[in-house]
Amino acid sequence: MAEGLSREEARRLADRVFALARAEGCQVSIGSGVDGNTRFAANQISTSGDTANAVLTVSARFGKRQASATTNVFDDAGLARAVETSERLARLAPENPELMPLLPPQTYGEVGASFPVTERLDAAQRADAVRTAADACEAAGLQGAGFVQRTAGASAVANSGGLFAHHHSSDAAYTLTVRTPDGRGSGWAGTAHNDWTRMTGAAALADRAIAKARGSREPVALEPGKYAVVLEPTAVGNLLGLMAFAMNARAADEGRSFFAKRGGGTKLGERVVDERVTVLSDPGDPDLLEQPFTGEGLPVGRTVWIERGVLKNLAYDRFWADKQGVAPVPFGGGIKLAGGTATTAELIAQVPRGLLVTRFWYIRAVDQRSLLFTGLTRDGLFLIENGRVTQAVRNFRFNESPVIMLNNLEAIGRAERVAASESGGVGGSVVVPPLLVREFTFTSISEAV
Amino acid sequence: MDRRSFLGTTAGAAAAAVLAPPLPQTDPVIRDLCLRALEAARGAGASYADVRVGRNRSQSVATREQQITGANESETFGFGVRVLVDGAWGFAASRELTRDEVVKVARSAVAQARANRRATRRPVTLAPVDPVQDGRWQSPVEIDPFKVPLEDKVQLLLAANAAALQAGARFVNSSLAFFLQEKTYASTDDVFTVQQIYRCLPQMTVTAVDPAAGGFETRNSAEIAPMGLGYEWVLKADLAGNAPRWAEEAVRKLTAKSVEAGTYDLVLDPHHLFLTIHESIAHPTELDRVLGYEANYAGTSFAAPPEAVLGKLKWGPEFMTIQGDRSQAGSLSACGWDDDGVAPETYQIIRNGVLVDYQTTRDQVEWIRPYTGRTRSHGCSYAESWADVQFQRMPNVSLLPGERDLTVDDLIAATDTGIYIVGRGSYSIDQQRYNFQFGGQAFYEIQGGKIVGMLKDVAYQSRTLDFWNSLDLLGGPRSYALNGSFNDGKGQPSQSNAVSHGCPPARFRSVNVINTGRYRG
Repeated sequence: MAEGLSREEARRLADRVFALARAEGCQVSIGSGVDGNTRFAANQISTSGDTANAVLTVSARFGKRQASATTNVFDDAGLARAVETSERLARLAPENPELMPLLPPQTYGEVGASFPVTERLDAAQRADAVRTAADACEAAGLQGAGFVQRTAGASAVANSGGLFAHHHSSDAAYTLTVRTPDGRGSGWAGTAHNDWTRMTGAAALADRAIAKARGSREPVALEPGKYAVVLEPTAVGNLLGLMAFAMNARAADEGRSFFAKRGGGTKLGERVVDERVTVLSDPGDPDLLEQPFTGEGLPVGRTVWIERGVLKNLAYDRFWADKQGVAPVPFGGGIKLAGGTATTAELIAQVPRGLLVTRFWYIRAVDQRSLLFTGLTRDGLFLIENGRVTQAVRNFRFNESPVIMLNNLEAIGRAERVAASESGGVGGSVVVPPLLVREFTFTSISEAV
Repeated sequence: MDRRSFLGTTAGAAAAAVLAPPLPQTDPVIRDLCLRALEAARGAGASYADVRVGRNRSQSVATREQQITGANESETFGFGVRVLVDGAWGFAASRELTRDEVVKVARSAVAQARANRRATRRPVTLAPVDPVQDGRWQSPVEIDPFKVPLEDKVQLLLAANAAALQAGARFVNSSLAFFLQEKTYASTDDVFTVQQIYRCLPQMTVTAVDPAAGGFETRNSAEIAPMGLGYEWVLKADLAGNAPRWAEEAVRKLTAKSVEAGTYDLVLDPHHLFLTIHESIAHPTELDRVLGYEANYAGTSFAAPPEAVLGKLKWGPEFMTIQGDRSQAGSLSACGWDDDGVAPETYQIIRNGVLVDYQTTRDQVEWIRPYTGRTRSHGCSYAESWADVQFQRMPNVSLLPGERDLTVDDLIAATDTGIYIVGRGSYSIDQQRYNFQFGGQAFYEIQGGKIVGMLKDVAYQSRTLDFWNSLDLLGGPRSYALNGSFNDGKGQPSQSNAVSHGCPPARFRSVNVINTGRYRG
């Protein structure tokens, strides 16, 4: 049986809240499920945990006044307290002129995002997956540290106007960092999917990270500057999400975004990146499998943000869409950069001299106007000479914009689902290809390994 | 029916009954359930167990310009049991605090520890802890923020927003966040404590826009620290009184001189420097990082291996002292006991500029005992909530002030050509904490010992040891201030920690400054 509240259980719980509610309008959001995780370091398990929780948020509204309260105590008294709190706060809150009416009932696409093998992945299976990698590291004389996480549960949204949305999902991620005992080499590999059986197996994952760790020893220090780079899919995923977060219509209309046009308006309809680039979200895409509705129950469908280099959509919340006379465009549904057919190796083969980047780390915004970000390479930076990886390179700090990166595109490889969350656990679905990019800007050397 | 009889009558028959409403943490029923969980763990084969029953309460209010954008109150309740079996950890948590559920969860934690034994090479050993019969601790709160009416909070924010808009801001976002962690902790090592930990975060960001030039600049309330205090801190923060200055600075930044990249002496305000300390001293002295336990996410540390660097690594000048503590009044990590049941101590991490110790928990002490001679934990165990397993998190890590009574004005007056930086901005550092790049909120050009104007597009890039060894002037005790990080992420799954860092203003010589505005069209 799937973890988390079933459709019927969630509906019954929401109905109990509605029966208690005295507000003019009421919305209930419910998240429920389990999180099981196992960490390891120095080739042995360090900590692990299994947590079951369920949390309900009730939002009460009186006219344009609204407030919400959250609880995980679902008996009558617990629910009554949450309802009472939300209504008390809502009465006290000033009117919010931007508050939109509750949505009427909606129709949603079904997304089969819950997989039995992932749902059932228990502490013993996680420990086995750890041992496979840890034993391989131990046999290789290397130090493995990693994280196996599995979440399974359900989310639901209901409102007093009859709207009801429910979604089951399972997710898993396995990330692994392998270091040489002398601390001079480090390699990383990761995999994530809703379906544990579609992820890279522990042995193959370990092989990849071990090879990177071994290959990264004795790095040569290169001068900071502009380099042609082959970005592995994870590195592309690290950067692409940052650009997606900036695609907010209101910020652009208000003149505080890269997507704002000088003199007013937005860059919608303009070519912003290389014409081979198409970026989209789609919860029903079999590689993405995301929740098909927003936190207020608005359906999330397929949205093409950038089509052949042209900015096609920015995200509009319901208020801003209404004000601008357009349909709302919700965030959500994962992110996918459509790819070609080339493998990473085939991209490398095209490079006379450049760098191969495994992943990036500690990426932070530096300048919102140009979407400039800084961060560092990590766990495998290699020199490419005449189409071949020849040696390890000392890590670099970059100062670069994903927009400039996607303008300096040379070639696109085959897209795949990556484990791109900074924390190495379950995160939003990201499907991206490896990219060959010219003139990527590195500004200083880091001695970090 | 009182709560005890309610529980008594339902305990046997209705296992699923949840306590409602959640009991005060001091209620003897909670203690009984904690002891029951510990007994169940021991009965199932655990050599050690601890249990945390927690109620996390939070409230947030957010506004923009002259309207409210959100008001939320949240309360979650539950418990987590951690056990050791043959030197392997196991942990399980649930939101249903009943007599049957505590037993089930304790056994589940034991089963998990047994599963983990198959991938254990070096068994866990715990440093000793002092027994505590019935410990009580509470943050030094004068006004309970949860008792202040919502209207007062909204009014305070909207008044601050109005002041900013009047002073030239185009957009304003402001918010108040309050947090209360009520925690009962019990362990098989005879520790039983009940704590109430409060935190608050008043925040504001003003934006000035120049649509014709396509430009915008922001200034946030960087000088207003998050604190382990109550509503009195919000009143003292005086957002409305400060807002005009922040708005004026945002407007001035639009036309401020873009910095010329190069080498500058930097005078860093405490409300900026705290984050540099956090990233380049506090994180690399976490012992789990040093020994590779965080390699897969937060990273490792250049301050390793312990035997090669303790007592030897010259982090900064002779007059540099870095202290770890969880006791500074109103600080974010202050507590009576950590999540190992240890009363934290105040101790030195860097003494006379040299690394002498790390941050530790009970299960880490043995790892470095041969090099430090210390047999006890410094009390750095923390879990975000009852649902998360505890592990090593930083205490307050602070740079102690200098002996001379210098102020920030004295530091500026002593500087010929430099930049004075206030407030935290963009920040990024590598996974071993060598190479960092930090921005700020407001930048002022120093010429001939005087501030001559504002700058923008400033970030400095340096190496940790180069940077700290270029420290040559420290403010005195009067100039010392606390600021902090309300949400510091570490661990897998990532957990949030709140921590303060105190420091005086300080001057650093010849630091590399880059211009971050160079990509603008």
